[in-house]
Amino acid sequence: MLDDFLWRATLAGIALALAAGPLGCFVVWRRMAYFGDATAHAAILGVALSLGFSISIFIGVLVAALAMAFMILSFSGRMFAIDTLLGVAAHGALALGLVAVTFIPGVRVDLTAYLFGDILAVGYVDLLIICAGSASILVLLRLRWERLLLLTLNADLAAARGIDTRRENMILTIMLAVLVAVAIKIVGALLITAMLIIPAAAARPVSRTPETMSGVAVVAALVAVVAGLWTSFQWDTPTGPSIVVAASALFAMASLFALVRSKHMH
Amino acid sequence: MSLIQTQGVGVLVGSRQILRDVDLSVRRREIVTVVGPNGSGKTTLLKVLIGAQAPSEGVVIREAGLRIGYVPQRLAIDQAMPLTVARWLGLSGTSDKEVHLLVAEQVGISGLLKQQMVSLSGGEFQRALLAQALLIRPDLLVLDEPTQGLDQPAVASFYRLIEEVREDLNCAVLMVSHDLHVVMRSSDHVICLNGHVCCQGTPTLVSAAPEYQALFGFGTEGALALYRHEHDHRHDHAKESDRDAG
Repeated sequence: MLDDFLWRATLAGIALALAAGPLGCFVVWRRMAYFGDATAHAAILGVALSLGFSISIFIGVLVAALAMAFMILSFSGRMFAIDTLLGVAAHGALALGLVAVTFIPGVRVDLTAYLFGDILAVGYVDLLIICAGSASILVLLRLRWERLLLLTLNADLAAARGIDTRRENMILTIMLAVLVAVAIKIVGALLITAMLIIPAAAARPVSRTPETMSGVAVVAALVAVVAGLWTSFQWDTPTGPSIVVAASALFAMASLFALVRSKHMH
Repeated sequence: MSLIQTQGVGVLVGSRQILRDVDLSVRRREIVTVVGPNGSGKTTLLKVLIGAQAPSEGVVIREAGLRIGYVPQRLAIDQAMPLTVARWLGLSGTSDKEVHLLVAEQVGISGLLKQQMVSLSGGEFQRALLAQALLIRPDLLVLDEPTQGLDQPAVASFYRLIEEVREDLNCAVLMVSHDLHVVMRSSDHVICLNGHVCCQGTPTLVSAAPEYQALFGFGTEGALALYRHEHDHRHDHAKESDRDAG
């Protein structure tokens, strides 16, 4: 009954939700939302590179996101506050990407698909790459979970336990860049950070441990993906934004629930 | 054989020399306390010892497989991270609930295991931090101003707890403290730090040293100690012989 492309879209969305849930928790805990934005916006620059050199979008985006992330890490802590620096990096990369695309000879590129995603256009190869990226993030998170938690709580505490904090920071950054590459076709560069922080933020009020929070974030992201796809199919709304709207609605509900509960307790 | 030892350790941040020429060593079962005024590099020294900061000069030698239990001066848990005391203890790497309960009872937080870390009072939070450090069964317990913000009876009971822990785990304790009187009573070795090691040795020796007097400037008490010091001409060498005897 369902068309093939809808199945591929759903599976791609599920794969993204599985990785974005727990990784998004780290973005929220470590206050990396702006960092995520800068990395995600660099993706447009990556798209320009991919089109210019005729390489895979995933590779171009991954390289651009990684380059941006490591550039920020090496520049942070000098002269400017980190949010200023990230603001410059995020918007500068986005603007540069938008300008760079116009220099590519040949077909006129419609950037909307890369800015807001085009999940319904996900092909078989795309789906395979998205699943592989998502799975590698999940495996890494599973292996390094305790270490990353300790590092997030206190870097000195992690160091005292023999954890190489630089290395773990680097791994977290790489995972973020992979997620950007995975998500670009699904929700687009502008809404990638939304998929990271909104499900995690929605999970916070109903969670008592980091593990429940990341589990609930996965469920919230899954519900948002399915609801967004359904809305998009029913009313012909843009899919990426519809998914984010659904996630935001979940966040509003969770916050309201927390508010009501705290009123009852006092 | 010492658990941990530094040789000529210096730390340079930008063009500022935070620490220079620090030589120290901590042996098993020893309680070593670092005292010094604000900005004297105490926290930096601890960070170098636990491996969180690389020294600009000199070396840190740790016994192979040394397990360090660290209690930071401050640990700000973001409101966005839900964390029960029980889960916090689980981050020690020991998942045995009975052992958790045992240690929680020892430090007096067994009734708080289901609480969120951010909801604890200052004293409770400090104990929860200590409990996790104990759960890794450390060879060396490193505490950065562990009694900060505690009232007098709480400070006294905290130091009793530390001595008890030393007996239980057979570990060494290295701490930074401002509670000079308690320090002088319960430490085996005191290091007086002000960018460099001004003086170190047994509490009696250090409290008598003119360098210590100059830093903490106790009026008549200082004069008395200085008098005592005059009778001890072996001051510089005594440091060494004293350490060897201990």
